[in-house]
Amino acid sequence: MDTKQTTSMDEFLKGLWKENPVFVQVLGMCPTLAVTNSVINSVVMGIATTFVLVMSNFFVSLFRKLIPKQVRIASYIMIIATFVTVAEYIIQAVSLEVHKSLGAFISLIVVNCIILGRAEAFASKNTIGKSVMDALGMGAGFTFALLSLGVVRELLGNGTFAGIPVFGKGFEPWTIMILPGGAFFVLGAWLLFFNYLKQRAEKKEKVLV
Amino acid sequence: MTNESLTFIFLNAALINNFVLSAFLGICPFLGVSGKLKTSIPMGAAVTFVMFISSLFAYGINQALIAIGAPYLRLISYIVVIASAVQLVEMFVKKFSPVLYRALGIYLPLITTNCAILGLALFQTSKGYNFVQSISYSLGAGVGFTLALVIMAGIRETLELSDIPGIAKGTAIALMIAGILSMAFMGFAGLGG
Repeated sequence: MDTKQTTSMDEFLKGLWKENPVFVQVLGMCPTLAVTNSVINSVVMGIATTFVLVMSNFFVSLFRKLIPKQVRIASYIMIIATFVTVAEYIIQAVSLEVHKSLGAFISLIVVNCIILGRAEAFASKNTIGKSVMDALGMGAGFTFALLSLGVVRELLGNGTFAGIPVFGKGFEPWTIMILPGGAFFVLGAWLLFFNYLKQRAEKKEKVLV
Repeated sequence: MTNESLTFIFLNAALINNFVLSAFLGICPFLGVSGKLKTSIPMGAAVTFVMFISSLFAYGINQALIAIGAPYLRLISYIVVIASAVQLVEMFVKKFSPVLYRALGIYLPLITTNCAILGLALFQTSKGYNFVQSISYSLGAGVGFTLALVIMAGIRETLELSDIPGIAKGTAIALMIAGILSMAFMGFAGLGG
């Protein structure tokens, strides 16, 4: 830890931008690619993951002095799996349709590396308040990333935004964007864009120095 | 759904609905270990083995949980079985090939959080496959994963010698290639009939 006191707000913001789980850390790729074929799916997935992330970070942080070091990963997975089961049953109760279209990917939140990663790297070493803020930030960053993929894919692949047609009748949908190949292309394009921004910022710094 | 022939289940898991390229399962190791051809084959074999073991156990556990009426414990039991199977493979590899153990590094224990394996267990449950069908499905998925990993590794090895623009280096170019591969695999859709 550095000498500068980090505030809760910093913990929140770093997940959203500077340490964005998808674009910067390249974690949690499977759900990112699989469920982003529509805006609704992306939002539900983002919220479900954030919920699990917050709950697991809270409990890992709460029990961080009780869990022996050797069995910590197994204990974390148990905590995570419990809340994923809860989230799955909630989604099923609220909207059967969304539950069907997300399919096994709700259960697969268990193996989302972001959640285990935050539990191990952050919640096991920090206070409850900070851990929850960190989880909220990471969750928001993840949802933001899912949305930026979902919006592009639905707009181009279907010509709609959250089910509402955007373009006129003359629009020919790019079906490939809804198909698996499109997911790789859109994510690749976003990464290109962020790399470009990063390089430009570095160049500017050099000029200033 | 449950009267599909064994060959069809195998081909379906390996090619038509390839786990990596069309179901997006196991992307992390796919991007992480696909740098070298030499490590990609053992990695594929390890994943196939874990898939096979966990598929067997998942079938038994599912039957037991249905019998006692506690399907909400499914997820937790599956993940415990997978974690134990991975531990087994890790000890095995460490003992018999320390070189390989170092080459695979962090990605070996991370097989636990490889969604392809948990995904396989969940899919076989939701599709209602019987015991023999589950085995065929798990082997097909393993072969499909290995195939995708090896193809990707081959391409990336060649890519290292070519001139890529700076901003596309690393994950971005890998994703683009994966997209093209995924489109190529769509051609297998005809096999399903």
